[in-house]
Amino acid sequence: MKDEGPQPEASGEKIYADRRAFLRTCAQGASAVLFILQPRQGEAAYSPRDHFYGMGIDIAKCIGCGRCADACKKENDVPREPFYFRTWVERYMINDQGETTVDSPNGGIAGFPAATNEKGMLRTFFVPKLCNHCANPPCVQVCPVGATFATEDGVVLVDKDYCIGCRYCIQACPYGARFLDPRTRTADKCTFCYHRVVKGLLPACVEVCPTGARVFGDLRQRSSPLERFMRMNKLQVLKPSLNTGPKVYYASLDGEVR
Amino acid sequence: MPPQLTRLLIVFAVLASGLVAARHFLLPKTFGESGHYRTAAVEAITKQPVRYAGREACALCHPDIVEIHRKGNHQTVACEVCHGPAAAHVESPSDHQLPAPRERGYCPLCHGYDPSRPTGFPQIEPVAHNPLKPCISCHNPHEPRPPHVPEDCRACHGQIARMKAVSPHVQLACTRCHETPERHKTAPREARPDKPRTREFCGACHAQGASSPKEIPRIDLATHGGRFLCWQCHYPHQPELN
Repeated sequence: MKDEGPQPEASGEKIYADRRAFLRTCAQGASAVLFILQPRQGEAAYSPRDHFYGMGIDIAKCIGCGRCADACKKENDVPREPFYFRTWVERYMINDQGETTVDSPNGGIAGFPAATNEKGMLRTFFVPKLCNHCANPPCVQVCPVGATFATEDGVVLVDKDYCIGCRYCIQACPYGARFLDPRTRTADKCTFCYHRVVKGLLPACVEVCPTGARVFGDLRQRSSPLERFMRMNKLQVLKPSLNTGPKVYYASLDGEVR
Repeated sequence: MPPQLTRLLIVFAVLASGLVAARHFLLPKTFGESGHYRTAAVEAITKQPVRYAGREACALCHPDIVEIHRKGNHQTVACEVCHGPAAAHVESPSDHQLPAPRERGYCPLCHGYDPSRPTGFPQIEPVAHNPLKPCISCHNPHEPRPPHVPEDCRACHGQIARMKAVSPHVQLACTRCHETPERHKTAPREARPDKPRTREFCGACHAQGASSPKEIPRIDLATHGGRFLCWQCHYPHQPELN
């Protein structure tokens, strides 16, 4: 073949063979590219742009067991002393004189002491509280170094390595949701358990709530539990007059709650 | 170009380059990439270890208990509420045993009587309810149910029962006013009790001409209260005494 040069028929054969080989190489190359580009299972890239998180709390379901506050401390290594809470449960007692008493011994973790004046009680209920992850966060505005910020998925976080511990944000938060971590001397607060949420898990407080009083979800998704909660309930937020745009929505909230 | 302008330009150039250099050295890496913050901080927070494994993880190894638990009254109570954070146990089950609270103090965190709890939530008075006996000797926490179906309304409606016990209506049985389907004992939210629907119901005792003991307060049904039912203004479980 080499000496004589290709015969017409043989040349046709060769072209077909070449084309076959070419197509085979193309197919192999394409499948190799597809194999490399395919999303790996279990570590699908998390895109903050696709989410916008919020929480719903149904006061009528809260039994004040304080398991949320306990789980939060365990999950996030919050100091166990009764002054540091990322989330806590308050007990409101309104007597027939219209006076309101609020208490939250150890955040409700060890239960509540017996109510003193049960006979004169008009209304009483529990209110779980946490960072409201405001859409318009005053704490972020006052931070002089940019150590606290709102992410694209609507969670307000603290950069521990960059915080200078000036406590401006603690002063600025109208909900009292921040504290100074005594070990690192930096501001600390609820993160909506960001490290869990990006892995597709629920925040620890929602995970352990025995009555389903806490609902977590994505406001960008039409079919999240939170969207259902928001459709089915009449909602309120805390201190709406401050225009902070809280993303923790309360159902059956009493007007006395501040 | 006048020499003053040259000198001024040099000064500006030095200042500008100084600013750029200072910005380069003082601004932390990744600051400003996606906002007025360090993007690296978000990654650092994401790396925080997970302690609570989530309720799906338990079913892999304990399907028998999960199956029982799924149907019982505690179905909304995740395993980790009582057994604590389980992520380490999921990683290496033999190295990290999970605790099971067996002491009497644990269950009353939810089930001890507290007037602030929602009405109807099962509560007991821990001092009076079988003292010193661990809860788990009568109740299976994975599938709790009262040892027998409640015969008495106070098993669930303790708050109302205690109120009624010191009120003038203490002698009236709950069922005198609330027509209660038998199924309410087992499916309380599906089969709900009734409330009096007419003013004449209360009038049977409280109307002017009623044949009840004369110390019972009387009103004139025709003039008193207008179009309202009695219980829309008065609270029959603890009626006012004056």
